[in-house]
Amino acid sequence: MNKNVERLQNGIIKENPTFVLMLGMCPTLAVTTSAMNGLGMGLSTTVVLVVSNLVISLLRNIIPDRVRVPAFIVIVASIVTMVQFLLQGYVPSLYSSLGIYIPLIVVNCIILGRAESYASKNPVVPSVFDGIGMGLGFTLGLTLIGIVREILGAGQIFGAQVLPLADASTGKIGYTPITIFVLAPGAFFVLAVLVAIMNVVRAKAEAKGKPLPAAQGCLAGDCSSCGMSSCTGKSSTVEVKAPEEDKE
Amino acid sequence: MKELLLILVASAIVNNVVLSQFLGLCPFLGVSKRVETAAGMGGAVIFVITISSFVTSLIYKFILFPLGLDYLQTIVFILVIAALVQFVEMFLRKSVPSLYNALGVYLPLITTNCAVLGVALKNVTNGYNILESVICGFGTAIGFTISIVIMAGIREKIEYNDIPGPFKGSAIVLVTAGLMAIAFFGFSGII
Repeated sequence: MNKNVERLQNGIIKENPTFVLMLGMCPTLAVTTSAMNGLGMGLSTTVVLVVSNLVISLLRNIIPDRVRVPAFIVIVASIVTMVQFLLQGYVPSLYSSLGIYIPLIVVNCIILGRAESYASKNPVVPSVFDGIGMGLGFTLGLTLIGIVREILGAGQIFGAQVLPLADASTGKIGYTPITIFVLAPGAFFVLAVLVAIMNVVRAKAEAKGKPLPAAQGCLAGDCSSCGMSSCTGKSSTVEVKAPEEDKE
Repeated sequence: MKELLLILVASAIVNNVVLSQFLGLCPFLGVSKRVETAAGMGGAVIFVITISSFVTSLIYKFILFPLGLDYLQTIVFILVIAALVQFVEMFLRKSVPSLYNALGVYLPLITTNCAVLGVALKNVTNGYNILESVICGFGTAIGFTISIVIMAGIREKIEYNDIPGPFKGSAIVLVTAGLMAIAFFGFSGII
C-alpha cells in the first residue's frame, strides 16, 4: 500500500509533469485559456493515462519488445477515441472548446513516456496508481496555469467574477482585464515566467544538495530528448529500421 | 482558385501552426538555435506534412468514410503518419541521396511532431476535399518554416545579449515566441 501512496506523491509533487518534468507543453499552452478548460483537459488526460497504464501493464509480458512502441500507440489511440466519444456525448461544451486537442492526447509525451518507463515494467496496481498520480499532477498544473491566465485576462476564476471590472462610462473603479493573457501570446508569457521561476527553484534545491529531477520535455533545450527517450519517434524509428539494416 | 488562396494564407500566416495553435512546439524550441538547421527542419516539415495530408485525406475519403469507419481516424492517421515517415526516409535514402543528406537528420524527429497529426485531423474537421487538404497542409508547413526561421534568426542575436539569470535558456525563447505571437496576431484582420 505504501508503494501506491508513494506513486501518487511522486506524480503530483516530486515529478510533477508540468512543473518539474515539463512534459506535454503543447496542450498546456493551448487549452489553459481558462481554469475550466485546463481542468477538463487534465482530467481527460488522467483517464487516458490510467486506462493505458492498466492495459499496457496487463499486456506487458505479451507484447513483443520489438513492436512495443507501435503497440502502445494503438492502445493509447483507442482509449483516446473512446474518451473523445464520452466527452462528445456527456459534456459537449467542453468537447467543443477543447476541439482538436482531445485527439492530440495521443501524441502527448506524458502518456507514452509513462507507458515506456513505468507501466511496461511494473505490476498492474502500482501502474494504475502511477497513472492517477501523474494525471492528477498534470491536472493540477493545467488548472493552476488556467487560473493565472483567467484572473489576468478576464478577472475570473472558473467563470466567476473575482475582480470587479472597471467601467469607464460610469466611472467605476476596478480591474481592467489584460485580454492578451487569454490569447495565444499570453500562453507563451505565462509559461516563460513559470520556467524562470522553476529555474530559480532548481538552483536553490541544488544549493541545498537536494536537486530536482531534470526536465525531460522539449523545454529541456533539445528536441531529440523528447523524440529519443520518452516518446514515440526515435524509438519507433529504431524498431522499424533494425531489420532493414540487417539485410544490408 | 480564390478559395484555395484563402486556405493557403489562412493556414500559413493567420492561424500560424506554432504561434497561434501551439502545435509542433518541440522542434520550434529545440531546433531553432541556428538559421541553417531551422531551415532544414522547415524543409523536412514541408515535405512530410504535404505528403501526409494528401495520403490521410485519400484514406479518409476512399476507405474510412465510405465504410462508416470515420471514428477510427485518430488510430489510422497516427499509424499511417508513422509508417509514412519511415517510408519517405527509406525512399529518399535510396533514390534522392542529395535531398536525404539535407533533410535526413530531421525526418525521424517529425513523427513526434503533433503538427502532422493536427493537420490531418483539421482537414477532416473542416471538411476539406483532397486538393484543399494538400493546400492546407502545405500552407501550415510554410507557416511553421517561416516562424522557426525567424525564431532562429532572433536567437542567434540573443546569444550576444545579457539576459537575467533565471530567464537564460528556454524562458527567454518563450518570451520571444510570445512577442512573435503578438506580431502574428496583427494578421488576424486580413481574412
